[in-house]
Amino acid sequence: MEIALQQIVNAISLGGTYALLALGLAIVYNIMGLINFAHGEIMTLSGYAMFFAVSAGLPLPAVAAAAIVTGMVAAIAMERIAFRPVRGASGVTLLLTSFAVSAILQVSFQNLVSPRPRGVPLPEVFNEMIEVGGLSIGVIQASSIAIVIVLLVLLVVFLRRTTLGISMRAAAQDFTVTRLMGIPANSVVATAFAISGLLAGVAAVLWVAQRGTVDPLMGFTPVLKAFIAAVIGGLGSLTGAAAGGFLLGAIEVLLQAALPSAALPFRDAFALLLVIGVLLVRPQGLLGRRSERA
Amino acid sequence: MTLLSVERLSVAYGAIKAVREIDLTVAEGEIVAILGANGAGKSSTLNAIVGLIPRVTGSVRFDGQELVGMATERIVQCGITLTPEGRRVFPLLTVEENLRLGGMANRDRRSVNAVRATLLERFPVLAQRRGQPAGTLSGGEQQMLAIARSLMARPRLLLLDEPSLGLAPIYVDRIFELIAELRAEGVTILLVEQNVDRALGIADRGYVLANGRIQFSGAAGEMRTSSGIERAYLGIGAA
Repeated sequence: MEIALQQIVNAISLGGTYALLALGLAIVYNIMGLINFAHGEIMTLSGYAMFFAVSAGLPLPAVAAAAIVTGMVAAIAMERIAFRPVRGASGVTLLLTSFAVSAILQVSFQNLVSPRPRGVPLPEVFNEMIEVGGLSIGVIQASSIAIVIVLLVLLVVFLRRTTLGISMRAAAQDFTVTRLMGIPANSVVATAFAISGLLAGVAAVLWVAQRGTVDPLMGFTPVLKAFIAAVIGGLGSLTGAAAGGFLLGAIEVLLQAALPSAALPFRDAFALLLVIGVLLVRPQGLLGRRSERA
Repeated sequence: MTLLSVERLSVAYGAIKAVREIDLTVAEGEIVAILGANGAGKSSTLNAIVGLIPRVTGSVRFDGQELVGMATERIVQCGITLTPEGRRVFPLLTVEENLRLGGMANRDRRSVNAVRATLLERFPVLAQRRGQPAGTLSGGEQQMLAIARSLMARPRLLLLDEPSLGLAPIYVDRIFELIAELRAEGVTILLVEQNVDRALGIADRGYVLANGRIQFSGAAGEMRTSSGIERAYLGIGAA
């Protein structure tokens, strides 16, 4: 029983990180039809921001703030420099542009920082356990679950209550008519990227806190997983992207616990098999609407 | 006083010229109708005025200001709103949220609430369905919402693209009543319609477009009686 509950905690905390990244991908996709494969490099940049902040001896809140601000600035800059010139181009053009941005950033990290992982030592408190209702939970898991919940609530409030949030939802439905409301296209797109950068920055903090290192390819795997999560949930639906993140986290933790050790190297292959199964039954994803974007 | 003046406006989509060097004017307080068959260039003209078409030549002046080359959102903020063909309400947003976005272009922020209150009084069905997603409204209700959303900006010039298209007769009546009411309140309207009789019944002047060119223009009353024009360019009278 205790072990089962531990695994659930692990699943929620891992799934929460995937959910943040999947939401970042889905928000940008909904506004401009771009699947941003350079999203992982935003996360990596945030990781390096933590590395430099820790090296400079900054306290933990400043380290986290550095990661988040870096993620937002990086995402906004990426849109301004790389994606604005190709806005409205075909999906293939957008996709290739994002691969190019991703490759340029990865090579830059390797040459400007180091191809090897850099340690990001965080305070000891992260490795401790806390008791919650007779259950001992790692501080990292507990805080990441709390952070993910707070962020999801804030995101929902932003999208439902604020004029800018409502504009974002409108732009996802009909970008042209949103402009006819006098709402500037550039600010809607920039906001989408800023939010995705913020979420990637927070995901980087959670990821680095768990692993203690940052390397040039740090963002690649989690964002690939997040992309899969978003596809499972339905790329056109933000709720779907978040749900897909949690589902993928749960599947991975479950397989990790249930598979015999000889089969563990194939954990991701089994997870992807399940994804293929889901998509065979529901090609638009679990919560996606059909033909959202042609 | 001339509010909108379009000169030698041309619109091309690739090699296809949708609008060829048209001139038209709209004076303050007027209702002007643009008539013509499908594909004559009516919608392209309206879209070009609000900057939705990237490659446009010629000149569009609104209250003396050149609009060609200006971004759509800036043009809207100058006081022109377009109610697009097919209504295009945001289906997943509530009626209230649709109206709220319509008010974004209202430069007088303090008046937004008052404008909304007036509109909800004018369209009781929208007041009833404030919290409902716009996609659940009937076609006629959606058209009311689309027009109300445009009016939230308190435009000086309202462009209406086929407002009666595909609506039940009772809503067609309501739309034309509404246009008459708006004129009485001093809103200037440029109207694109396929319902020629109704449009000319309400307009001051009309332009007939065919193949992207203006074939005829004049006072609405005159156009109604000259059935030759209708037969030649609008394909009615034969039925």
